[in-house]
Amino acid sequence: MPRATLLDPQGQAVEHALTALGFERVAGVRVGRSLLLAMDRPNRAAAEHDARAMCQRLLANPVTEDFTVAVREVP
Amino acid sequence: MRVAVAQFPGSNCDADTLRAVTRAGADGYYVWHREASLQGADAVVLPGGFAYGDYLRAGAIARFSPVMAAVRELAESGGPVLGICNGFQILCEAGLLPGALMRNAGLTFVSRPVQVRVEATDTPFTLAYEAGAIIEMPVAHGEGRYVAPADVISALEHQRQVVLRYVGGNPNGSMNDIAGVTNGGRNVVGIMPHPERAADAALGHGLGAKFFESVVQNLALSRGGVR
Repeated sequence: MPRATLLDPQGQAVEHALTALGFERVAGVRVGRSLLLAMDRPNRAAAEHDARAMCQRLLANPVTEDFTVAVREVP
Repeated sequence: MRVAVAQFPGSNCDADTLRAVTRAGADGYYVWHREASLQGADAVVLPGGFAYGDYLRAGAIARFSPVMAAVRELAESGGPVLGICNGFQILCEAGLLPGALMRNAGLTFVSRPVQVRVEATDTPFTLAYEAGAIIEMPVAHGEGRYVAPADVISALEHQRQVVLRYVGGNPNGSMNDIAGVTNGGRNVVGIMPHPERAADAALGHGLGAKFFESVVQNLALSRGGVR
């Protein structure tokens, strides 16, 4: 997700479009990206640890983006 | 003097850049991004284009190409490194230059000539310009909005690390109208405009050629024993 302090022109464009459609209660929109990673790890902590390392190294740019990690177990 | 032009899958200004380098008097040659060596380069240019399709973020994947370890080594030894457009994005992603380049504020791809002022002439790529010279060069980018944390912008201004600044209109919403920056060592330079597309009188004028003439002069000077 783009840093809160940075201009997000995509978010502004989407907000304008929503307002034009009558969704006037929207107080702000920011556009980021989500990546879905499939991995085989022994537990949630290991998966989260690895995903964070990937975000720090490649998936997010620390200058412009903040990231959050959510883990979901699948059978 | 040997000047390498790095080629990534998706580079598209490599031929223009090599031509500009060669016309400036250097022994220019391509180095493919899978190469681990710059083959004895005295300087390297990362050209414009869309390395790896700009997937994830512009420059984000290219920065891990094997050639980038050699580029980093040259940069850290004080060798001249120039990134043009996508090359600038790669240098920022690699951490060789501060800041980052984000989606243009106007959300459109901007492809047109712009005016920039040469703010720093004590870099290997701008020494042939007069300080404060205003020149026209084309830009062609969708992600050219230069951003950095406020303290970094402030430091760049205080240390005169802004190399080029847009004048008479900011095409992308860059902070402080920044069109190009250098690192603390002043040997790594990244710029969004394309000097290689303004390096031949046949293209209107040749004012961009001085970027390449500058590095040839710089290398000739450093051969005198400075480096």
